[in-house]
Amino acid sequence: MKLTLNVWRQSGPNAPGKMVRYDMPGVNEDMSFLEMLDVLNESLIVKGEEPVTFEHDCREGICGSCGFMINGKAHGGFPKTTVCQLHMRHFKDGEELFIEPWRASAFPLVKDLMVDRSAFDRIIQAGGYISVPTGSAPDGNAIPIPKSNADRAMDAAACIGCGACVASCPNASASLFTAAKVAHLNLLPQGQPEKFDRALRMVTAMNEELFGSCTNMQECEATCPKGISIENIAILNRHFVEASFSERPATAEVGAG
Amino acid sequence: MTLNSRIPGGPIERAWQTTKFNMKLVNPANKRKYHVIVVGTGLAGASCAASLGELGYNVTAFCFQDSPRRAHSIAAQGGINAAKNYRNDGDSIYRLFYDTLKGGDFRAREHNVYRLAEVSVNIIDQCVAQGVPFAREYGGTLANRSFGGAQVSRTFYARGQTGQQLLIGAYQALERQVASGQVKMLARTEMVDLIVIDNKARGIVTRNLITGKLEIHMADAVALATGGYGNVFYLSTNAKGSNVTAGWRAHKRGALFSNPCFTQIHPTCIPVSGEYQSKLTLMSESLRNDGRIWVPKNAGDRRSPDQIPEDDRDYYLERMYPSFGNLSPRDISSRAAKRVCDEGRGVGETGLGVYLDFRDSIQRLGENAIRERYGNLFEIYERITGENPYKVPMRIFPAVHYTMGGLWVDYHLMSTIPGLFVLGEANFSDHGANRLGASALMQGLADGYFVAPYTITNYLAETKLEKVSADHAEAKGALENATNLTNRLLSIRGKKTVTQFHRELGKIMWDYCGMARNKQGLEFAIGRIREIREEFWQNVSVPGSGSDLNQQLENAGRVADFIELGELMCLDALDRNESCGGHFREEYQTPEGEAQRDDENYAYVAAWEYKGENAAPVLNKEPLSFEYVKPAQRSYK
Ligand SMILES: Cc1cc2nc3c(=O)[nH]c(=O)nc-3n(C[C@H](O)[C@H](O)[C@H](O)COP(=O)(O)OP(=O)(O)OC[C@H]3O[C@@H](n4cnc5c(N)ncnc54)[C@H](O)[C@@H]3O)c2cc1C
Ligand code: FES
Repeated sequence: MKLTLNVWRQSGPNAPGKMVRYDMPGVNEDMSFLEMLDVLNESLIVKGEEPVTFEHDCREGICGSCGFMINGKAHGGFPKTTVCQLHMRHFKDGEELFIEPWRASAFPLVKDLMVDRSAFDRIIQAGGYISVPTGSAPDGNAIPIPKSNADRAMDAAACIGCGACVASCPNASASLFTAAKVAHLNLLPQGQPEKFDRALRMVTAMNEELFGSCTNMQECEATCPKGISIENIAILNRHFVEASFSERPATAEVGAG
Repeated sequence: MTLNSRIPGGPIERAWQTTKFNMKLVNPANKRKYHVIVVGTGLAGASCAASLGELGYNVTAFCFQDSPRRAHSIAAQGGINAAKNYRNDGDSIYRLFYDTLKGGDFRAREHNVYRLAEVSVNIIDQCVAQGVPFAREYGGTLANRSFGGAQVSRTFYARGQTGQQLLIGAYQALERQVASGQVKMLARTEMVDLIVIDNKARGIVTRNLITGKLEIHMADAVALATGGYGNVFYLSTNAKGSNVTAGWRAHKRGALFSNPCFTQIHPTCIPVSGEYQSKLTLMSESLRNDGRIWVPKNAGDRRSPDQIPEDDRDYYLERMYPSFGNLSPRDISSRAAKRVCDEGRGVGETGLGVYLDFRDSIQRLGENAIRERYGNLFEIYERITGENPYKVPMRIFPAVHYTMGGLWVDYHLMSTIPGLFVLGEANFSDHGANRLGASALMQGLADGYFVAPYTITNYLAETKLEKVSADHAEAKGALENATNLTNRLLSIRGKKTVTQFHRELGKIMWDYCGMARNKQGLEFAIGRIREIREEFWQNVSVPGSGSDLNQQLENAGRVADFIELGELMCLDALDRNESCGGHFREEYQTPEGEAQRDDENYAYVAAWEYKGENAAPVLNKEPLSFEYVKPAQRSYK
């Protein structure tokens, strides 16, 4: 089939950007979206032009590297699908597509369709972990965990950190991303000791990174390629509020001489 | 070169404990005076960097993705082995050791494998404590499943996303160290050379993938955890970015490369669909717990699968290997698939496929039970092929998946360059000629959490390390080397794209150094690869410049290394006149068509030494001796 692509081209964060039109004849319906861009890039290189920069690695929907807007929808807006998992059979012959990077102040543009999502790493640094140094763990079966809790934690932990939630949110909020991590850890017995600290610190970090706040638009859940539920945001809010009331910062340990 | 594997004496059950006890320690106050570089943040690298940070070392970690969380380990689906014996089904450290050694067709070092089995139990504990949401039984205890090459149920899993969850666990531990300032994380930074001073690894040269800037980083020790090289075949189940560059450049600086020809072809992948194909997708081996593999009995039977009656089906794995059946090891299952396809009994449009059929287990357990176990895998399959595997059997075909070969390391995971440690898939150490399912995750985490932090400490404590700076002639030389390479790639301005060369190389590798190899084919392949290499350096087209983000330039450097590695793989395969594990030389097979090992002449680790751009590499041998498990013809019948 034949498609027309309009791709955002911008050589760097400070350079001007614009949409560039490319005709794509001979698109095979079994190709993935990224394979179609590969074909475009190969043809650009042969013509001596610069290929389109986009991020990708696993190409099976798990690493979270890929992601851009197709016709204004994150990852194209297909249910539970990243662009690398999106196959061309979902498009119609003759269709015109508009391809743009994630747009959010917390995700500065790097080049073409690539943005900088390191803010996500910094949110995790603020508390998205359980403090258990290597070697200090009890036997794996020492703490039984009800299957339903383990399953709910796993549902939240399935987040791939792609950023679609931010890109699709009218406020560019990172609440779903942050909530998924807080819920994953706070639903497990292992996560209890740092539960409140975690909620407080991660929310603070999120706000410092220029993400917007959540006004319950629910776009994030709709576009999340892993189907992460906004119930997690409710958990985050609850723990955050409880933490704000009850939490005192842990007193620093003082050596007794 | 003499290879000292530093295998400890005494009974194998005590070997690691004794080694640890005899190791030198660095006192807590002194640890912060040392700087260790960890290249790679997959399971092996992230776990190692986090553990070293916790110990108090100054660590700098590198990865080429935009975040450490995206390393290729994230894609592992099926599970991780551990000798917990929670099922009371007769598992033990010794049995896991035995299975792994036998699974590797007796081409691994006994002591390394034993240690791996021994620390496997600690890994599960560590990961559970980190919050890895492993599957649970209703009673709240950890669940298990079975994997190929084992008759016990010892594989722990988190749905079909075990690698993701384990990596996120290690990543979070790493980020905790980043937050504390103990680890400095440099993402989007690729190692392009190793700095060796006074015969010790003392740093690396990197390229900042955003600015293109080449930089020197000095250290007291360097750990490479840069993953496998399956992408030498172009099409593989590896992530697109997986590459051999860090290991290969270290090889050129003196680290020996071991058993490069030992590659694993995974039996259950989604078949190739067209020319544009950029990678292959694995269907986890765990599916073989409930799926049955078959092809039509008669060649040329083109009926749709539901029209083929039971009597006209050949469940060939169950027929040929009744005791392991559909859970036969990967090398054996892959070759069996190739054989039935060669006989014209393959299915699908290309004839390069076999069925993996869930009809019987859906009847037995119900669709929901199957969905619960494999839902996400079924979804992946349907997405790619447009077919519903609850209704139509999956079509699968073998694909390149894992590389057992890698940089040679001793028992301490140190390469032939002192101070250069190699962890995870990047080293050659534990899987011999074939890796069993669910044991790569185990090895990566064993190396990173429980082995390297000890052995690196020991190295730092017992080695006199002179102060060296980035002004050292060797460091500057390595930087200049990297600059020249970039300039050379950019100045060719030829007519063929990097990907075109990569595809060409991959096809040669798959046809002649893939599931079956023979002398004539390998000799032909070596000739062709040399031609490809020559043409590459005259005719490759790398657009853009070296001083900004340039994905084509990144890829060009990686493909250049793959071309050189490909030649070495063929040389290694040609030299090994036996069949073992994933290395199947057609000339050496039993009357039933199984791999015929030659223990008398080939019970050794091949360790290749680089001798210069146009010089033949030199083969060194580390003999393997088996005191605990006597090598036998591997039988899964
Ligand atoms: C699809 C798939 C499924 C699998 N399923 C299983 C399974 O179920 N069970 C199992 O046990 N094993 C499985 N495996 C194998 C297993 O996932 C890998 O062997 C293992 O994860 C490798 O981990 P690693 O840490 O050694 O390397 P990787 O995870 O590959 O990490 C490599 C790291 O090195 C970095 N890097 C590489 N080169 C450079 C460079 N030059 N400069 C800077 N950084 C660099 C990368 O950025 C990355 O961070 C699977 C493999 C695949 C492909
Ligand atoms: S490339 Fe990994 S999720 Fe798309």
